[in-house]
Amino acid sequence: MVPSYVPLSYYLLLSGFLFACGVVGFLIKRNIITIFMSIELMLNGVNLSFVAFAAHWHALAGQVFVFFVMVVAAAEAAVGLAIIIAVYRTRETLNVDQVNLLKL
Amino acid sequence: MSVAFLPGVLQTLPQNADYVRILPEIVLSVFGMIVMVLEPLLDEKTGQKILGLIALAGALAGLAATWFMAQVPGVAFWNMIRVDGFSVFFHVLVIAIAAVVILSSYEYMAVQRIRAGEYYALILFGTVGVALMSSAVELVLIFIALEISSISSYVLAGFRRHEAASAESSLKYFLLGSFATAFFLYGVALMFGATGSTNIDLIAQALRAGPIPLLAFVAVALMFVGLGFKVAAAPFHIWTPDVYEGAPAPIVGFMSTAPKAAAFAVLLRVVFVINVHAIFWVIWIAAALSMTLGNVSAFVQDNVKRLLAYSSIAHAGYVLVAFAAAPQLGTSAVMFYTAAYAAMNLGAFAVVTHFANAGERYVTLEDYEGLGRSSPLLAATLTIFLLSLIGIPMTGGFFAKFYVFSAAVKANLIWLTIIGVLNSGVGAYYYLRIIVMMYMRESRKEIPVTPTPLALRVALAVCLVATLYLGLFPGRVLQYAQDSAQQLVPQTSPGVTSSAKVHTATETF
Repeated sequence: MVPSYVPLSYYLLLSGFLFACGVVGFLIKRNIITIFMSIELMLNGVNLSFVAFAAHWHALAGQVFVFFVMVVAAAEAAVGLAIIIAVYRTRETLNVDQVNLLKL
Repeated sequence: MSVAFLPGVLQTLPQNADYVRILPEIVLSVFGMIVMVLEPLLDEKTGQKILGLIALAGALAGLAATWFMAQVPGVAFWNMIRVDGFSVFFHVLVIAIAAVVILSSYEYMAVQRIRAGEYYALILFGTVGVALMSSAVELVLIFIALEISSISSYVLAGFRRHEAASAESSLKYFLLGSFATAFFLYGVALMFGATGSTNIDLIAQALRAGPIPLLAFVAVALMFVGLGFKVAAAPFHIWTPDVYEGAPAPIVGFMSTAPKAAAFAVLLRVVFVINVHAIFWVIWIAAALSMTLGNVSAFVQDNVKRLLAYSSIAHAGYVLVAFAAAPQLGTSAVMFYTAAYAAMNLGAFAVVTHFANAGERYVTLEDYEGLGRSSPLLAATLTIFLLSLIGIPMTGGFFAKFYVFSAAVKANLIWLTIIGVLNSGVGAYYYLRIIVMMYMRESRKEIPVTPTPLALRVALAVCLVATLYLGLFPGRVLQYAQDSAQQLVPQTSPGVTSSAKVHTATETF
């Protein structure tokens, strides 16, 4: 249960802030690894709001959901890093601006 | 104490019927694992064929399992899965897509010299994900199914990993895909916050009980962003041409049909069952944008894979038109459209796969010059698929468009229908351009024409028969779609009143 001295909205604001940081990082960063970390930050922002809502509704489902998100994020990280290595081998760079063989 | 406790435990254990309700997924996973385990035991040359056959057997067994699944409609695993006409329809569709993709990959595997084990296994696992998406009624499960299908397609997109273009396409798909997934997930979190549940039916009940909180609107909008990415709807379409250009051609056929169909299935549940009509205008704008941007950009493409990528954006737009229409007609129109689109698009990509040859060398429009003379049968087949993509009568594409637009007209979406019909006219131009290249130009390059292997012929025949069947006898499929739409969105639900509101809103427009 959320202790009475920290209201729900504080958690939500923080989680929204984390999510927004991730979005901004995704859009302005040029290094692939940093972009990937921004995505993880977005997921963690979501996790925080899940936990906060779970406490608010006294529903365990929200906390269980966080575990699933973590597992999926780990799977995604494994695949993502492998893809990044494959890109590095063919292009020798981790800057997204130079990974531009296919025109956007 | 423990004895009294036991019956309660037994009651919460899943029933046997529960497992039958996910039988296709189980069968596909088992076959995927068999393929992976067998791969190192077989020698590389003969192994490919055997693995391909096992994968095909897996897909066919999955189709058979769907029949068993269809015998036990109902919910399973504590209301996480619902088997109804709707989910059976999408199961048959996506597993059939997987079978055709496996068939059209045989030759590709040999020509491109990539190892087959993981490839076929990932197609089967990806199919598990998309099949699960269509029967899941719990947002947690939808999220996991979405990720199963997405992660498989990220890897498949980069399967020619020594090619810079393929690795790059995989990277772009991965980064933008996870970005979109995060939005979907945030939407789920906010929906959980607004209603205290992640089950679609419970959410619908909670929202019907009182005035819909602002949080729920934001949640559905965020989920729409995530799913809009999956179906490549504008303005979330930027990844599509790049990914389609770099990914292996048979995989593009898979990615542009199966995950798309499943994402539309999820969208149908989210939009119509949860029934938050405030995002009506969001869908309206996304539909108009997708159709226009897709068709206009396809105009200037020289690469056939990129051209078909923009065409798939445009087709996502047509499907979204049906979403903007009333729940009843819209649902069946969407179902029919995804089936028809799968048939014709898979067929077109199968031809592109064969024609591209080793290293995917021949994929520009110029390469298609004179194809009508050098291999008339292949050119004729491709022509039928392209005519269906245009929406010429007698093909599946015609009735697909017809049902979408008639649903839109009945819902009084006159402007959206006008935009759609104009776009179909514009779209005809670039499809016809390929046909003109094939039949009316002399080939200027020496392009080796390899004979079409049996597997590819079967794949093309399946697509061709499906396209023509949907074009000549659409009645049965449409009837089935309407019946399952009835189950999905009961007429008596308050959805009817809110769609009536939409009518008046559009009339003033």
